[in-house]
Amino acid sequence: MTTPGYSEKESWPLWEVFVRAGRGLSHVHVGSLHAPDATLAVRNARDLYTRRREGLSIWVVPAAAVTTSDPDARDEWFESPAGKNYRHAVYYTHAEGVRHL
Amino acid sequence: MSATRTADDVHGDIHRDVHGDIHGDVHVDAVELDPELVGAGGADADHDVAQYAQWLGDDALVLAQRLGAWISRAPELEEDIALGNIALDLVGQARSLLHHAGTADGRSEDDLAYFRDETEFRSSWLVEQPNGDFAATIARQLVASTYMHELYARLQHASEPTLAAIAAKAVLEVAYHRDHAVQWTLRLGDGTDESRRRMVAGLDAVWPYVDELFADTPLIDRLGDRAVRPSTLREPVLAALRDVLRQAGLAEPDLPPAPCGGRAGRHSEYLGYILAEMQVLARQHPGASW
Repeated sequence: MTTPGYSEKESWPLWEVFVRAGRGLSHVHVGSLHAPDATLAVRNARDLYTRRREGLSIWVVPAAAVTTSDPDARDEWFESPAGKNYRHAVYYTHAEGVRHL
Repeated sequence: MSATRTADDVHGDIHRDVHGDIHGDVHVDAVELDPELVGAGGADADHDVAQYAQWLGDDALVLAQRLGAWISRAPELEEDIALGNIALDLVGQARSLLHHAGTADGRSEDDLAYFRDETEFRSSWLVEQPNGDFAATIARQLVASTYMHELYARLQHASEPTLAAIAAKAVLEVAYHRDHAVQWTLRLGDGTDESRRRMVAGLDAVWPYVDELFADTPLIDRLGDRAVRPSTLREPVLAALRDVLRQAGLAEPDLPPAPCGGRAGRHSEYLGYILAEMQVLARQHPGASW
């Protein structure tokens, strides 16, 4: 991360924002923003995503720290399970002679 | 104030009487304080409380107008939104305070915001100071929010119930404004040579106007525990400011106070221009709602 103003064509790094809406719920991704550092990213997130009492807590993560699946590989990765009943346990019948399964 | 309602309202029409001339007979919608704002339906203020509420309301209103000028001009989109949100908080505080002030003599918050002349405003010189660059705005914001936070933290315990209720809500808002200003002061003061130079220049520009915030007047004597005595804020506010400056590696400016007269209606050369821009629409279309 460079100091703001250090390089000639400065651009703040991108952060992913997660907001927890209530007790017992998990943090949910709500969007992203630019900020020079993590401390200001949390504040910017507060201004951008929680102005209407949406949240109890905010997480920010450098977008560069998030490793994602390849969007172009979506078809192979997330193919419908239809026609693949063998993936489910109930597909298999008891073997003969196994009494206590 | 109605000029600063939600974006949905901004594009509404000026309501014209269908039977009237296009330039006249503008409908007057009663301006009511939004129920979410403190002070709606509250008790009437007496003359002294009204004067004091104008001090605070005018500070918030003028500073909001200054900060609003940053929208679309800030260094980054995120700062546009941060400064705009701070301005909106201040408009909310100004609405509550001016509404309360107006109950003393039957004037509305809009009457007080848009139909008072420069000499009738009671804002401090600090909030009138030009935006300058981003560092200058942060310097002004650091002083203003530190002062407001200390003020509202005490005013929420004042014996005047409406002022106390307004302060109780405002103290949470200005705590965030102060945090925002502190974060940027640390980064600009302890950043590059250029950011430091600008932050020092910004502090030098606003420092002569700090002293006015702590001046007591006969009004304060009459109000007693219904208000906060400004001189009692001097030490905690300056201590808080010095602490931030120390962390940011900045020296406290060694500058004499400027002769200010905002609480008596004597203003710097800047307020007239601010009011001209803020009031022009309301004065050209009296009674219009938008």
